[in-house]
Amino acid sequence: MRVGLFIPCYVDQFYPRVGAAAVRVLRRFGGPDLTLEYPEGQVCCGQPMANAGLPHESKPLAETNLRTFAEFDAVVCPSGSCTSMVRNHYGPFLEGQPGFEELKAKTYEFCEFLTDVLKVGSPSGRFPHKVGLHPGCHGLRELRLGSGSERNVEPFDKVKSLLTGLEGLTFSEPARPDECCGFGGTFAVNEEAVSVMMGQDKIADHKQAGTEALVSPDMSCLMHLEGVLRRGGDKQTRVLHVAEVLEEATRET
Amino acid sequence: MKTAEHPDRARAFVADDARAHWHDESLWFVRTKRDKQAHSVPEWERLRELGSQIKRHAISRWPDYLEEFEKNATALGAKVHWAANAEEHNRIVLGILQEAGVEKVTKSKSMLTEEVHLNPHLIRNGIEVTDTDLGERIVQLREETPSHIVLPAIHLKREDVSETFNQHLGTEAGNADPAYLTEAARQHLREKFLGAEASITGVNFLVAETGGFVVCTNEGNADLGTSLPRLHIACTGIEKLVPRAADLAVYLRLLGRSATGQPITTYTSHFHGPRPGGELHIVLVDNGRSDLADDPQFRDILNCIRCGACINTCPVYRRSGGHSYAATVPGPVGSVLNPLHALTPMIAGEDAREGERGDAHGSLPFACSLCGSCTDVCPVKIPLHHQLLALRKTVGDRGLLPWGKRIQMKAASTLLNSPKLFGAVGKIARKALPVLPKMAVYNRLNAWGNGRDLPPAPPKSFKQMWRDELKAESAQPSSNGAGDAPR
Repeated sequence: MRVGLFIPCYVDQFYPRVGAAAVRVLRRFGGPDLTLEYPEGQVCCGQPMANAGLPHESKPLAETNLRTFAEFDAVVCPSGSCTSMVRNHYGPFLEGQPGFEELKAKTYEFCEFLTDVLKVGSPSGRFPHKVGLHPGCHGLRELRLGSGSERNVEPFDKVKSLLTGLEGLTFSEPARPDECCGFGGTFAVNEEAVSVMMGQDKIADHKQAGTEALVSPDMSCLMHLEGVLRRGGDKQTRVLHVAEVLEEATRET
Repeated sequence: MKTAEHPDRARAFVADDARAHWHDESLWFVRTKRDKQAHSVPEWERLRELGSQIKRHAISRWPDYLEEFEKNATALGAKVHWAANAEEHNRIVLGILQEAGVEKVTKSKSMLTEEVHLNPHLIRNGIEVTDTDLGERIVQLREETPSHIVLPAIHLKREDVSETFNQHLGTEAGNADPAYLTEAARQHLREKFLGAEASITGVNFLVAETGGFVVCTNEGNADLGTSLPRLHIACTGIEKLVPRAADLAVYLRLLGRSATGQPITTYTSHFHGPRPGGELHIVLVDNGRSDLADDPQFRDILNCIRCGACINTCPVYRRSGGHSYAATVPGPVGSVLNPLHALTPMIAGEDAREGERGDAHGSLPFACSLCGSCTDVCPVKIPLHHQLLALRKTVGDRGLLPWGKRIQMKAASTLLNSPKLFGAVGKIARKALPVLPKMAVYNRLNAWGNGRDLPPAPPKSFKQMWRDELKAESAQPSSNGAGDAPR
C-alpha cells in the first residue's frame, strides 16, 4: 500500500517532531507492505479561509491536494480537523471532479488508520506517565473517533484504545473530558478572550486530575493549550501528539 | 464593523472572572443533568431521529397541516389568526385586547412574543403586561431582556434578585434567602393573576389532527394565567406544528430531558378550544419561517423545540453570557436564527432592537469554535455547527466581513497554496522569532499572545526533516515486534 502523508501546515512549521513520530510509527506498524511518502506538492487543507467565511479562497488549495494525492492508495493525516476538512467539507469545491470520491474514502486520520486499516489493536510498549487525553472536537464529533459524552451510544474511543496496552500508563480523569479547548482556528484570535478562558479552564481541569502528559490527536488544540500552560509558568507538563507517545513507547531500546 | 460586536461583549463578560466561572458552572450543571437523563433512555438516539423526521415531514407539508389545524381548532371553538410578520402579529393581539376592553394582561413565557417585541407594543398602547414566569418577571422588573430561552435570569445571582425585589416589591434589603424571595414573588404575582383580564401564552406544540395545543412550564404560571380570565391568546410560530397527537409522545420525552434534565416538564397542559364561557385566540406567525423552509441548507433550524440544550452545552455561551449575543435567542440556535432573520427582509418591526436588521448579528456565526457539541445534544438533530459554518459564508458573500479580513485571507490563500512560498516565509519566521525582542512579538497586534505563548520555532520544517533524514530512514522495529521487516 502506497501511503501519502498529509502533514498539516502548522505541524510542518512548528511541530516537525510530530510528523517525524507519525512517519516512524506508520513504518513500524505498517510492515513491509506499506510504502510511506511525503508528496511535497501538498498544501494546507484550507480551513482558515473556509472558517473565516471565505471558502472560495480555500478552493484552489482543495484542488491542489486532490491532484497531489491522486496517485496514493491512502492519505494519512495526524490531525482530526484537517482530515475532516477533506472528508466532510471539500464537497462544495470538488464535487464531481474525478478522484474526489476516492480522496474522501481514502483519507484517514492517523489514529483511525492505525485502528481501522492497520488494525494494530492496543500495542504493547512502555509509557510510565499519567496521561490526560484531549480528544479534539473534529476528530471526536466530525470523524467519530470516539462516542463522546453527548450521545447515548455504545462507548468507544479509538484514540484511547491505542494507548491502553502501554505499560506504566495511567489515564487522568478530567471532569469535562471532551469539552472544547477553545482553539477553534481563527476563533482563537477573533474571540481571544473566550478562547483563552476556555484554554485556562481546560488546563485547570487537567491539573486537578493530575495530568502529567497532555496528549491529543490534534496538535492545533495542543498549540493553544501549550501556549496557555507555558504562559502560566508550567514548564513541566509534557504536551504530546498521540503519534509521539506511540513512537516513544514502542521504540526498541 | 458589526463583526466585532460579540467579541467585545464577550470580553467584558470574561473580565469578571469569578462571575464568568460561576455562570459557566451553573450551566454545565444543567448540561450534566441533561446527560444523565439522555443516558437513562436506551432509545434516546432513536427518539432524536424521530424528532427530526417528524418535524421535517410536517414542515414539508406545512400548507396541508396548517389548514388541518385551523379547521380542527375552529371546530373546537377557537379563533385562528394568521400573521405574516411581527407587525401583523402585534396588531392582531392588540386588536383582540382592545375589542375586549382589556387593560391588564398576564403573560407566560413565550419566546415568540420576545421575537416580535410584543410587550413594548402593548405597553405603548396603554396595556399593562406582566410576565409571570419567575425568571422573566425578574428581568422585566430590571428592564432587561432574557439571557436564556429556558432560564431567562440565569445571568443573575440571588443577591441581584434580592436587590431587584427590594427596589420593586419592597422586600427586606439584603435578604437573599431563596424561600423568602420566592414567596415575595408568589404574593406579587398572585395579585397580578387576580387582576388580569386576559392571558397570553406561548405554545410548545400545535397538533394538526386535533386542533389542540400544548404548553409546557415548570411553574404552572400558564395554567394559573389561563384559568382566571375568560380571554386566552396563544401566540406561536408555525414551526410548532406536529401532525398527530401521538407525536407528542416523542417530543415530550425529548423536551424536558434536553432542557433541564427532567423526565418531563412539571406542567404539560393540553388546550382544546376555549374553556366554557371563555374565548380562545390562536395567532399563527410566519415572520420569515416559510422563507427558511424553502432553504435546504437552513430549513432544519425549524425543527427547533426551544429546549436550550445547545445553549447549555455551548462553551462560548457559558463563558460570554446571553446578553453578549444582543438578540432574543442566544447561543448556537440564536447564532443561526438571528442572522438568518436579519438577512431576510421581514424582521421584528418597529420595536426591533438597535441593529437587528440587515448586517446585524454578523459576528454571531463566528462566536463559535465549531466544536459540534450543540449538534450532538440537539434532540431534533439540527446540524447547528454546520449551519453556523455555512452562515459564515453567507456573511462573507454579502460583503459583510471587514476589508482587512478579506485581504488577509486572500493573501493566506496565495501563500498557503504555494509550497515554495510557504516554505520560504515559514523559514524566515522560524529564524526570526527566537531572536526578536519580546516586545516585537508580544504586543497588542498579536491577539494570540495576550494569554498564550507562541509555539516553538524549531530549526527545521517537517519538509526539511523529510528530505534530510526521514525519507531514507528505514523502519525501526518496535519493542513488540510490529513491522519487523525493514526496507
